[in-house]
Amino acid sequence: MKQLSIKKFDADPPKCDCEGNGRSNGDKVTPLQSLQPLSIPMAGAVDEDAPCCGPKPAPPSRPYEKSGYRIVHFVKDFVKTPVGDIPRIETGLKGLDIGGTIRARIGISRDRYKVAPGLYCVGSPDNESPVLVTANYKLSFDSLRKELAGLDAWILVLDTRGVNVWCAAGKRTFSTEEVIRQVKRVELEKMVSHRELILPQLGAPGVSSHKVKKGCGFKVIWGPIKARDIKAFLKNDKRTEVGMRQLTFTIRERIVLIPVELSLVVKPSLAILLAVFLLSGISPDIFSLSAAWFRGLNGAAAYLLGVFAGAVVVPVFLPWLPSRRFYIKGIQTGVTAGIILLLVLGQNITRLESVTLLLLAVSVSSYAAMNFTGATPYTSPSGVEKEMRQGIPVQLLAVVVAVITWVAAPFVS
Amino acid sequence: MKDFRYLENVTTLVLDEDKCIGCGLCEVVCPHTVFKVENPKASIIDRDACMECGACAANCPVEAISVTPGVGCASYIIQRWVKGKDAVIECC
Repeated sequence: MKQLSIKKFDADPPKCDCEGNGRSNGDKVTPLQSLQPLSIPMAGAVDEDAPCCGPKPAPPSRPYEKSGYRIVHFVKDFVKTPVGDIPRIETGLKGLDIGGTIRARIGISRDRYKVAPGLYCVGSPDNESPVLVTANYKLSFDSLRKELAGLDAWILVLDTRGVNVWCAAGKRTFSTEEVIRQVKRVELEKMVSHRELILPQLGAPGVSSHKVKKGCGFKVIWGPIKARDIKAFLKNDKRTEVGMRQLTFTIRERIVLIPVELSLVVKPSLAILLAVFLLSGISPDIFSLSAAWFRGLNGAAAYLLGVFAGAVVVPVFLPWLPSRRFYIKGIQTGVTAGIILLLVLGQNITRLESVTLLLLAVSVSSYAAMNFTGATPYTSPSGVEKEMRQGIPVQLLAVVVAVITWVAAPFVS
Repeated sequence: MKDFRYLENVTTLVLDEDKCIGCGLCEVVCPHTVFKVENPKASIIDRDACMECGACAANCPVEAISVTPGVGCASYIIQRWVKGKDAVIECC
């Protein structure tokens, strides 16, 4: 077996010969040996004249397939290196990736949407290629790799438990310790001759660059916030321009967050709606099924409009709603939604009931809007806590008054 | 991000300029341009833009910056109120 010099790991196993010999190609080190045993003929050599029944057989298994493992669809092939076969990944997204993104964005299996941590590569990296570090949330991984077309780079994926870089840094799974652990685990020092790691800037809350240097000898270079700036960053001598370091929160970035926010309230909403229908049925005749249904529908409409006003309208119109406090933004949209509902319902409900529905819509909207602080990239925990001390008493009072008047209304009229 | 301003005078961010060695990392890691490093030390130029993420404090090699980092998320804060400061808090 030829000794591998760490110069160029460019290899393409699918084309490798089956003689068990490496081929020397100038500076390039090509596969040392086939992964297939010598004695077994190529599975691809199907005798075309053999009797045929049923559909055509599947293509032959590729040399790097391993029993018990499944090769994920974004892996193009494997590159042989001194520390083992490293998957080379595609930079284009396929239908599977887009479908996965949509599911994660609406909150389906979002907490399990992850890739295996470890080392990957794009292009034909060598020992001088940059090492980009990211989280193992599939959306983070996809948004990085789709920006790497034409680049030769190593990608070190941390085990952030399927959470994106920014949130994982906050939860301390994108951390100093995890960077050091993965660098050692993949034996990065044998892969590259330099000692630099490029980390996304939003990982900085969890990673102390000086401690990483101390822990594994690699220097952290803070890369841009967005993967789409990586090429410009690399061209710029690995320095970020001010614009690459600043967060944005555009209308598009806000809208994609809405479905997950809504998916989080589905469960509590079912319980709340059940309570609304039950409370609506309480009547002078103990319980009225028709009241439970018809009054319940009005109550449910007020509740759902409140959710819409707080969790949809507030995020969309965030910069244009007066007041910096989210609970007040929610009150503004909740009042608007409540008034629209009352205009629709018109004379069908009593005055007491209309006040109740308005209060319900407002409190729900205010609470939902306040919850959106957790999804924004600019609200400080101290600020959120401060506004919650004001907002929650207001919301609670409104709900309590709403429930009392809603139950009392049939008895008054 | 200049379009989005949150509450003023709430951040727990403190910079000890005596300790600062002017390495510039705080300016590099801050996603809200809170710091400016020039001749030769860091200074806070936009305190109210701070969202207390803690990136600057984590990356200051001489511990000149302190901030109480946390999650600006309502359900997290409610859990902390209800269960107490040191309780194990479910992810929000």
